Amino acid sequence: MLAKELGKDRLVWMYTHMARIREFEERVKGTFAAHPGVIRGHAHLADGAEASIVGALATRQENDLVMPSYRCHGYPLVLGTSPRGLMAEIYTRKDGICKGFGGSMHLADPEHHFPGTTGIVAAGIAHAAGAALTAQVKKTGQVVYSFFGDGSSKQGAFYETLNLAAVWKLPVVFILENNEYQAYTHIGLEDANYIAGDPLSQKAKAFSIPGVTVDGTDPLQVYDEVGKAVDRARAGQGPSLIESKFYRLSPHGNAITVPPVPTQFQEHEAVEVYGNKKEYEAARANDPIPKFRAKLTGNGTFSDADAKCIEEAARAEMDDVVKFALASPFPAPEDAVKYVYA
Amino acid sequence: MAREMMFAEAIAAAIGEEMQRDSNVIFYGQNMAMTERDPFVKKFGKSRVRITPISETAELGIAVGAAMTGLRPIVELYMSEFMLVAFDQVINEAPRLRYMSGGQVKVPVVFKAGFGFAAGWAGQHSNCIYHTMMGIPGLKIAVPSTAADAKGLMASAIRDDNPVVYLHHYMLTLDKGEVPDGEYLIPFGVADVKRAGTDVTIVATGWMVKKSLAAAELLAKEGISAEVVDPRTLAPLDVKTIVESVKKTGRLVLVDQAPRHASAAVVIAGEVAEHGFQYLKAAVKMVTAMDTSVPYSEPMESYVLPSEEKIVQGVKSVLAMQAAAVQ
Repeated sequence: MLAKELGKDRLVWMYTHMARIREFEERVKGTFAAHPGVIRGHAHLADGAEASIVGALATRQENDLVMPSYRCHGYPLVLGTSPRGLMAEIYTRKDGICKGFGGSMHLADPEHHFPGTTGIVAAGIAHAAGAALTAQVKKTGQVVYSFFGDGSSKQGAFYETLNLAAVWKLPVVFILENNEYQAYTHIGLEDANYIAGDPLSQKAKAFSIPGVTVDGTDPLQVYDEVGKAVDRARAGQGPSLIESKFYRLSPHGNAITVPPVPTQFQEHEAVEVYGNKKEYEAARANDPIPKFRAKLTGNGTFSDADAKCIEEAARAEMDDVVKFALASPFPAPEDAVKYVYA
Repeated sequence: MAREMMFAEAIAAAIGEEMQRDSNVIFYGQNMAMTERDPFVKKFGKSRVRITPISETAELGIAVGAAMTGLRPIVELYMSEFMLVAFDQVINEAPRLRYMSGGQVKVPVVFKAGFGFAAGWAGQHSNCIYHTMMGIPGLKIAVPSTAADAKGLMASAIRDDNPVVYLHHYMLTLDKGEVPDGEYLIPFGVADVKRAGTDVTIVATGWMVKKSLAAAELLAKEGISAEVVDPRTLAPLDVKTIVESVKKTGRLVLVDQAPRHASAAVVIAGEVAEHGFQYLKAAVKMVTAMDTSVPYSEPMESYVLPSEEKIVQGVKSVLAMQAAAVQ
């Protein structure tokens, strides 16, 4: 089905999940200031990615698997994972979906088709292809969604995996989320295609698979192209590469500090490292959520009042999530010896 | 019933039997299953038996992802050093994912690789790198020394729900042994006393077991009774059986084809120092490779590696030691 044929329900569903992801990520970010010490290590946010995430996942069939990188909070929210469980995990608590064993970078909820994440850049691309191999060997008809950043696309794992996935015609869709920053490094310092003025989707040519670039701030454009790629994968035609372009509105992650120095989210690298305030302001002005909201109120999908309802519900939901997570107990220290071996 | 077969045949038999038993077991690697004439392809088809390009990161990473989602992949790596190309998947992905997920996933992979090829394969293809993988929580390591052990450990490796590195010594490939027919499983973490003795305990793995048994024969001619213990798995490691043996003999010689600080010997020595000190009548002796890479030319290759003669000398040096008086 094309995006233009989507019914009101589906469009409202998309907006609802975009709002929920934003509210969740704002809470994570806010925790660093409001409750220092509650979140440990490194957390990576998906604010700015909502349209890309939701537009892609709207194409899913119930059993399709989703395997993103460590910037992973947004996807399980759409898949139906308990947001209380996600926040409790990020808050190191026993009620976390990984019982406090993994944290922000290593969320997993196999029951909701989210087998797990790795914190090593690009390593998960191979894992996603592996999940697709399972689907192929067992003939389940599943497709696997592999999400990763532009930074991953210079790792060996990217090249090796895409080649082998193409050779084996694995039912996987590779979604390269290009937000033009790899941690603190601007893409113009590290990508030969970008430097030559070519889109990153061109990398697909190396494997003779379809590659297309989409506006990742428009969930319907993402929906259409990912949908086509998913159909191809499900029909046994193998993988595709979708370059989804959008801006991440937060910096790479909370500042890397060593205890006892407290950590928090600073300014986006565009401003902090490159002094490019204009670029950042433009990205903020192009925020996918108000943009989609305006589109949907504009074409009569919902009213301004309806949109406010959705936003308020998301706000209330995530307020509860924070309360729950703050009150959740810590794991018993001796739990640390569990789960080493199956 | 048992049959005589070669070490490599025994491994293939285990893989074939497990693939027959469980349709989730798949097998792939470079330069294998090239055509439909391949016996594994003939029996199990091209979906479950595949050829890969030279892409270890993808081979191992895909195995991890497939294992997380219900398959039981065996990856043929040929040489343990090739795992180094993709060591993130071996050390920092496969054994970590279950733990980090709070026990929600398991990663039942077998990474199969030959090692220790001391026949002129030189610096990069003759190594023993198991020390880099020992002690990594969540990762298991099997190192058979006989055809029967090769079969039993491979079957167990495939049935194990954890990531297993299965290392088979190249110099043992053609060695024959009695191998039980049908289902034969050797549990991990259970050492095997390959030769009973009373005067000294020799602990060895892989090809070094064979050399230690030959050394024990030479020693027996001089009236020295050596017990040879083969851990069979380096992780989990059966410290208990080793300490029991040291309790009996009072003397320990550790034989390892790796260089000293890169050996399993040094790990075992540490365990015995802590758990078996009271039984030792003499200091522990480690007979390992010298601290060089493995040279190409034969006289040099033999010079740096352990041999029957060096093992015999090691045993004699331990017997010659006076135990320090400890009250």
